[in-house]
Amino acid sequence: MVIRSKSADDTAFMKPLEVVSILIVAALILVVLPATLDAFRLNLVGKYLTYAFVALGLVLCWGFGGILSLGQGIFFGLGGYCMAMYLKLEASSVENTKIQSTPGIPDFMDWNQLTELPFFWLPFKSLTLTLILIIAVPTLFAFFIGAAMFKRRVGGVYFAIITQAIAAILTILIVGRQGYTGGINGITDLRTLQGWDIRTDSAKQILYFVNGGLLIACILLAQYVKRSKLGRVLVAMRDKEDRVRFSGYSVANFKIFAFCLAAAFAAIGGAMFTLQVGFMSPSFVGIVPSIEMVIYTAVGGRLSLFGAVYGTLLVNVAKTAFSESFPELWLFGLGALFIAVVMVFPNGLAGIYHSYVAPLVARLTRRRPAETEQPLQGAPAE
Amino acid sequence: MFGDYSLGELTSIFVMQGFAGLILFSVFLLMALGLAIIFGQMGVINMAHGEFMILGAYVTWMCSTFFHSYLPALVPIYFFIAMILAFLASGALGVAVEWLMIRRLYKRPLDTLLATWGLSLILQQFYRSVFGPREVGVELPQWMLGSLPVTDVIEIQINGLFVMALTTIITIAVAVMMYRSRWGMQVRAVVQNRVMAGAVGINTEKVDRYTFGIGCGIAGIAGSAFTMIGSTGPTAGQLYIVDTFLVVVFGGAASLAGTIASAFTISQAQSIMEFFLSGSIAKVLTLLAVVGILMLRPQGLFVLKVRR
Repeated sequence: MVIRSKSADDTAFMKPLEVVSILIVAALILVVLPATLDAFRLNLVGKYLTYAFVALGLVLCWGFGGILSLGQGIFFGLGGYCMAMYLKLEASSVENTKIQSTPGIPDFMDWNQLTELPFFWLPFKSLTLTLILIIAVPTLFAFFIGAAMFKRRVGGVYFAIITQAIAAILTILIVGRQGYTGGINGITDLRTLQGWDIRTDSAKQILYFVNGGLLIACILLAQYVKRSKLGRVLVAMRDKEDRVRFSGYSVANFKIFAFCLAAAFAAIGGAMFTLQVGFMSPSFVGIVPSIEMVIYTAVGGRLSLFGAVYGTLLVNVAKTAFSESFPELWLFGLGALFIAVVMVFPNGLAGIYHSYVAPLVARLTRRRPAETEQPLQGAPAE
Repeated sequence: MFGDYSLGELTSIFVMQGFAGLILFSVFLLMALGLAIIFGQMGVINMAHGEFMILGAYVTWMCSTFFHSYLPALVPIYFFIAMILAFLASGALGVAVEWLMIRRLYKRPLDTLLATWGLSLILQQFYRSVFGPREVGVELPQWMLGSLPVTDVIEIQINGLFVMALTTIITIAVAVMMYRSRWGMQVRAVVQNRVMAGAVGINTEKVDRYTFGIGCGIAGIAGSAFTMIGSTGPTAGQLYIVDTFLVVVFGGAASLAGTIASAFTISQAQSIMEFFLSGSIAKVLTLLAVVGILMLRPQGLFVLKVRR
């Protein structure tokens, strides 16, 4: 065992290996994929990458913080719905909707005999306010849930089940209140952003790059959190919560912060999803998508920020490829993937890299393994 | 909202909805009993619990089809045979799953959640491939059809009564098994202190395996009972899993009395509200209340007093 004193390497923002990793991710998203894929496929990848925001947040709050949220779909959906409400209002201008009995309100409201815009839709007439709300609404919601739960030391399994219940509640509400939310169909037929048609190929391409840029910004932010003292406290909390508490840290506040940050990431993903896909529906909010988002993180490696991106891409590409040709095999495959990830490689792809590839590289380059990044041992227990 | 109804009508509404709530209560309780054993006693989060239930339902359906075509004389009692078979099938699958999967994950409860979710996806697709995507319903024997008129407006369905009787019997059986039998003592000993239980000669692995198996078997019976009041499809199990977990958590995971009380509260609240509000809002309000109370009392309504 090599005991190292705290070196510059520990406190640096990024280790050399991580600089290389992020350059590879950036090159892949911003150069390689756009250069090799046609417009349709690129849009598809853009859609997958919006889930990577969620996975990134889950690495922070699940991998580092040890809090498994099964309700990230809530925040993805809230962000997405905020964006969709703005776009819908823009698409339902008075002249676009003059055949309705009440022009100027979204079509589904007209179908449900609503004659004026509900109050909570009003802020979404302004783009600035919408952009603020996209982050603020999910973060505040996460803060409320987090404060209520973590202050009372609800954690682990109970937290997971309660977030799941909240996801169920939100889905039922959205589906049930059709006049206010578009019901099961969601908010569809979105056309323009400030007069800019988002349905054209060129717009989709631009949105893809905006999405990719935001994702890399979020990775950098997450990396900053991971390297900061905050990140260390999070990991310490995951491993021995009581000790951290007895050392005088407010465990609840750190958890709330991680959970809120994860929610904000998910919300950005949701908003970008709406922009690129052109609609938002409750099928991205509920329990099933929320758990699928957890599996993206698990496949990539719950302890690796980059792994989250690769995991998301890989699972979604596999899903598209399989469900196009063998729709029946896909569910078997996905189920097997869940089981395999948990049982065989709990730290996902990144875990495989750390335990097999990194030592091999180290041996080939004749460096002692202790000098490379230590494999992150053991999955968090709860 | 009560103004439009007369007192007599209100009474009937409450009795009818209360009775519907009792059936819902029986279903919740049957599902939650298995889960209370698996989650409450073993700490395993079994997201595939609904699928074990559906297995029981499909076994019952197969029995129903079989008896109706080959042994029409025995149709009146086929249900009891189907229930035993459902218990055995789900229980056997449970034992196999425990041996292949769960026993490696006891120290990582959150990972059991992911792994069993994977299992539930596989089982769903399996049901879809084998039985087809359509919902199936069983043909009930003649004596279970119909209803007993209590007053002019109040009628009580016989199959509902049957489900309630069944639930009562199984609940008592589980209570006896957990708190009066040698077996239940071993289960509780293993849960409290695995190492110590092993040291005094309890075969902890065997206890785990059969506990999980019995929990799943009870889910199978629940599914069997389920066919009497509704139809079964490949994804039906998923609809109930969150409700069931909330019932178990709300009652206090390790307490049988708590599970019964919380199943009763939740089902009655939902059933009575459903009449006055829309179904979805009733559901939302019930879930919200449960979540709210859980935030105030994280350990559930009934907490076992244990030294930690």
